[in-house]
Amino acid sequence: MKISVIITLKKDVLDPQGKVIHQTLDGMGFNDINEVRQGKYFEIDTKESDPKKAKEKVEEMCNKLLANLVIENYKIIDAQ
Amino acid sequence: MKSSVITFPGSNCDRDMDVALKKFGFKNKMVWHDDVELPKSDLVVLPGGFSYGDYLRCGSMASKSKIMKSVINFANSGGMVMGICNGFQILVETGLVPGVLLRNKYLEFICKNIFVKINDKKNTYFKNIDSEILEFHIAHNEGNYFCTNDQLKEIEDNEQVAINYCDKEGKTEEKFNPNGSIKNIAGIFNKEKNVLGMMPHPERMIDPSLSGEDGSLFFNNLINNLK
Repeated sequence: MKISVIITLKKDVLDPQGKVIHQTLDGMGFNDINEVRQGKYFEIDTKESDPKKAKEKVEEMCNKLLANLVIENYKIIDAQ
Repeated sequence: MKSSVITFPGSNCDRDMDVALKKFGFKNKMVWHDDVELPKSDLVVLPGGFSYGDYLRCGSMASKSKIMKSVINFANSGGMVMGICNGFQILVETGLVPGVLLRNKYLEFICKNIFVKINDKKNTYFKNIDSEILEFHIAHNEGNYFCTNDQLKEIEDNEQVAINYCDKEGKTEEKFNPNGSIKNIAGIFNKEKNVLGMMPHPERMIDPSLSGEDGSLFFNNLINNLK
């Protein structure tokens, strides 16, 4: 099954890339933006077919490698 | 004194570190990341570079490589482990030193000489060093030291800040902060101060005809402290 995870920077962590994207969008005429935060998206295709077990494994992956919990949060957004 | 420099795929300061360590009397061995056993060492160095192409987060892949299990055990049993630049990024990813290194505040790769002020001399790395301020070189894209407020309090309470960015007189003001690091932090220790992570490269300051001599001061002092 495929598990989708997004990783986002925590609220109080500076995101200079997001800021530059915001400025660029602003310059392109999209001037009603409050803020842009950049994150990461992972699609993990696993042999595990039990959704609960698969999610648990992906959570472990996030805790151990995919996210750095000092600055990032993760969220499993889809499992199918 | 025996030292080991770990080479990861994408390390590029490993040879410079080897040259520097040997110049000041270390018997150095190069160790491949895929090895399991760490040779008997008085000092282990994680060098600068771009291990694993900086994929995912700088240092994150290297921190899980085979040799790192032995390096972590070595550090936890009191062994001296020093991470320079990418090596510092690897150290924070292992959790041996607190915090993380974010992208530089102004999104520029910074490559220049800087000054650092030694914040703490009650440790094997800087004890007896005959200077308060050192001129080193930095070359990084992700050197913006960040930690939570709780971590910062703990780091300061335990006097774990090793060096801060400053000017040549030692003023640690925000305008001498090249990359946005919290409190101008350029290097930190673990609690026990046997593990040091720092962004500046002492190994690039060992030849007066090419650069400067403050790296020589550092390595000379270090080997004397280890004897």
